[in-house]
Amino acid sequence: MDSAEQEAFEATIAADSTIEPRDWMPEEYRRTLIRQIAQHAHSEIIGMQPEGNWIGRAPTLARKAILLAKVQDEAGHGLYLYAAAETLGVSRDDLERRLLDGRQKYSSIFNYPTLTWADVGAIGWLVDGAAIVNQVPLCRCSYGPYARAMIRICKEESFHQRQGFDILYTLTRGTDEQRAMAQDAVDRWWYPSLAMFGPPDAISTHTERSMAWRIKRFSNDHLRQKFVDMIVPQAEVLGVRLPDPALRFNAKTGHWEFTPPDYDELFAVISGRGPANRQRLTHRRTAYEEGAWVREAAVAYAAKAAARAASQSSGTAGPPRAPAVPDEVA
Amino acid sequence: MSWPLWEVFVRPGRGLAHTHVGSLHAPDAEMALRHARDLYTRRGEGVSIWVVPAAAITASSPDEKDPFFAPAADKIYRHPTFYPVPEGVEQL
Ligand SMILES: [Fe+2]
Ligand SMILES: [Fe+2]
Repeated sequence: MDSAEQEAFEATIAADSTIEPRDWMPEEYRRTLIRQIAQHAHSEIIGMQPEGNWIGRAPTLARKAILLAKVQDEAGHGLYLYAAAETLGVSRDDLERRLLDGRQKYSSIFNYPTLTWADVGAIGWLVDGAAIVNQVPLCRCSYGPYARAMIRICKEESFHQRQGFDILYTLTRGTDEQRAMAQDAVDRWWYPSLAMFGPPDAISTHTERSMAWRIKRFSNDHLRQKFVDMIVPQAEVLGVRLPDPALRFNAKTGHWEFTPPDYDELFAVISGRGPANRQRLTHRRTAYEEGAWVREAAVAYAAKAAARAASQSSGTAGPPRAPAVPDEVA
Repeated sequence: MSWPLWEVFVRPGRGLAHTHVGSLHAPDAEMALRHARDLYTRRGEGVSIWVVPAAAITASSPDEKDPFFAPAADKIYRHPTFYPVPEGVEQL
């Protein structure tokens, strides 16, 4: 390691500037980012499943169109993030394989099932809400491509949270049955959403170094508190009860006190023992395998079109050709 | 089987230059354009898109940043503030 390079890296971090792809960086900084960005990308991709489950059963055409747009955004988020990870010298194919064979993780939250339509509302409101709290500070992360991807993502996330809130708001203004359905969804998604912020600071392994490198700006517990403070007043407007008897406002600190999530459950779900882990990965593997012929056909078509174009330009000049567009996507 | 990497540039509006927005994988230029539309302009972010094979881009090296850009720094006479303006001269 060249100490001048190390110094330049540290000076850039200290100046609150960004590290860019071709800059020198410590191997551990690179590895940490690859792991974090890949895990984040995988979460966006796997995260399409719980909500995708309801696209065909949305109660109205408008709700269906909105949910479709939301899930499409999540696909986009995954792709922005894979692209950011690739600037660190890994390939998307390789990351995808690491997800499929279980070497890389994704957020524990997506291993819970979506049992009713109200779950789609609870996910938008709580899960996307927690994602926003987690992600806004990442817009100022020290790695340029990651920070830029996060800016795009955060712009799109606020629509996600609002559409979820809107679903619940409509339900809580409906029949007794609909209100009960909304409450049941909130009861089931509250603690898993709190767990999205990760283990408590006292046992969080990478926090300190990530904060020194400005990959992370705030600790898990700080962000979890911020989330609770944001959600409690919104729950009041919705007319749903958060399932925590210990929830109370502390006038001295200005924060809401709450019962932390069950971290043993979090670790169990992360290590593969959640209610839907098997289903999520199996679905993803099947989609990957069944899509193989499309990827191969597109490459074969591109090669054929390129060969045709080459032989045409070397032969006698014919009439100008329109750009090649495969019929099935035209 | 992996598709080649493309860099995507979007012109946010008339009168503005294309700006790099990110990258994507696609089998050919036509599909790269279609993917770029779906990925980077879902909310009217642009009026025109360029896709460029990432392999076709030649970049300066960050290692030689100082010598490479030095000729720009030592020609202060390229900036208008280099020239004293006598009092009373306006709109120069
Ligand atoms: Fe997302
Ligand atoms: Fe989202």
